[in-house]
Amino acid sequence: MSAVTRAGPAETAGPARALSHRRPLGDRAFQVIALSAGLLVLVILVLIAVTTSQQATSWFSAEGFKIFTNNWNPAANQFGALAFIFGTAITAVIAVILAVPVSVGIALLLTEVVPRRWAQPIVYVVDLLAVVPSVVWGLWGILVFAPWLQGIYTHIASGVTGIPVLENLFGQPTSGESFFTAGLILAFMITPIVTSLSREVIATVPAIDKEGAYALGATRLEVITGAVWPHSQGGIIGAVLLGLGRAMGETIAVALVIGSSPAITSHLFAPGYNMPAVIANQFGEAAGVFRAALIGMGVLLFAFTIIINLLARGIVARNARRMRGA
Amino acid sequence: MAIATEQPAVDLREPAGWRRTKNRIATAAMVLSFVVVIIPLGFVLYTVIAKGASAIGWSFLTSQIPENLSPLGTGGIGPAVSGTLEITALATVMAVPLGVLGAIYLNEYGGNRPLARLIGFMADVMTGVPSIVMGLFIFSIWVLHFGFSGLAGAFALACLMLPVVIRSSDEMLKLVPNSLREGSYALGATKARVTATVVLPAALPGIVSGALLAVARAAGETAPLLFTILTVTSVNANVFSGPNTSLPSQIFSNATQPYPGAQARGWGAALTLIAIAFILMIAARIVTARFTRYSR
Repeated sequence: MSAVTRAGPAETAGPARALSHRRPLGDRAFQVIALSAGLLVLVILVLIAVTTSQQATSWFSAEGFKIFTNNWNPAANQFGALAFIFGTAITAVIAVILAVPVSVGIALLLTEVVPRRWAQPIVYVVDLLAVVPSVVWGLWGILVFAPWLQGIYTHIASGVTGIPVLENLFGQPTSGESFFTAGLILAFMITPIVTSLSREVIATVPAIDKEGAYALGATRLEVITGAVWPHSQGGIIGAVLLGLGRAMGETIAVALVIGSSPAITSHLFAPGYNMPAVIANQFGEAAGVFRAALIGMGVLLFAFTIIINLLARGIVARNARRMRGA
Repeated sequence: MAIATEQPAVDLREPAGWRRTKNRIATAAMVLSFVVVIIPLGFVLYTVIAKGASAIGWSFLTSQIPENLSPLGTGGIGPAVSGTLEITALATVMAVPLGVLGAIYLNEYGGNRPLARLIGFMADVMTGVPSIVMGLFIFSIWVLHFGFSGLAGAFALACLMLPVVIRSSDEMLKLVPNSLREGSYALGATKARVTATVVLPAALPGIVSGALLAVARAAGETAPLLFTILTVTSVNANVFSGPNTSLPSQIFSNATQPYPGAQARGWGAALTLIAIAFILMIAARIVTARFTRYSR
């Protein structure tokens, strides 16, 4: 449907009509090429689901629902993945709990407090966190950060002995490599994305709402809680979910600092394991059902992150539509 | 007073002093959250530069990877540098044209059609697929049949880059004013010609800058390479067949070595990797700052 056809007078006789009927071949070919490039996204997503599930079938059929048991012993052909699912959830949740307040704080700082010419340098600095590759976070984590954290963990653990709940959470540190270390490094890594998404959401709050609140004599905090927050709530929840999805799939940094021992425990300072880390660390020596189990955990990871992403994007999109309507 | 009661969050009857104090505390907390972010960033960058700078040098960047237990000074990370450059370049050649074409479909042809909306939405979702899943995917679909190679690694990186390039290019195409398109149509140009000779050139700086950022991100990825290129220590000039190596894979294997020499080479490789990412990022900023015609 090029604009040319519609622009031409409808009743013209002769060559103009012949020209208007069919678009040149090159034009249609270009459209087809562009469309297939777009469709590639859908094709790849479907292929990921199909091919990885295929490679994992021997795990699913050999173990059935036992894949969700806490029984991982490759030497004895037992491949229950519950400890890894637990580790994935716990590290991602730690990361989100630590990263979200900081990210939303920075987003508010950028949009509501600092003047525009200061905002850009702050954004650059926060984005630098995302430029540091995962493996460099891991290298620093295992050689510098974890040994340093070990002393702090020991201090905290001796401080909480005897206090009921805290003792179960923060007691018994064995080394610096633990669920908490992994969660902490994940928090650094997801802060830029949560910050930039929250900032985008907060930036859509109509200026007139904020100005109205200021005109009533509200302080900045009152403007944020009264005018900014109600508008951006939904979008920020979406941003948090996307951060959670990122934290769940992040591999190499976690593989190096999580401690590599499958465990279901309430002790956050104890070494653990999660799905991406076990895939990365053990894939090289795996064969048969073992390899199928690792690929199967990849399938689970894919499913979890897709669900979280669909949910988050849905929330963000709905929120954006509502804001435009308002 | 009626207005004040309609805004329950703003209780103007509170003492003014306390309201101001709360406000100050909140502002301080926001500044603090930025400081909290600078600390780990400074810590990690300082460590990498301090430990990496002593390792790095021309011969370090070009010579062979030695045995893990050999001390710093013998050998270097040459194969990893060449592997990273080759694999990333190959991935870029695959992902960027396809990504730009996809964005052209979304923006120039798709418009508001359900299919275009679906593709745009799924591209967003695809950016959230963990990089290790991309590695497993290429392992299942390619490596099992054709073996480990730099090409397989490039496929995995390209899969990661594709949705990012689509999204950033789409944003840039949206910024091109419609009057440019209409002007060209009025001269009788076809849609393909308008897109190729008017819209794309107008959006090019933004597209290039977005692509550079995607490349910078991909160059640092390890997880998708683990199961696609394997990690070897010898140089493999043929990207299309045989196991290869890369900077991130080399750092990953050196990080767990007990030998100081291997760790030092890991730091040197980390500094090299960060330097590559920074150069790409700065290039992207320069392109944005100097050549962008339309921006938000």
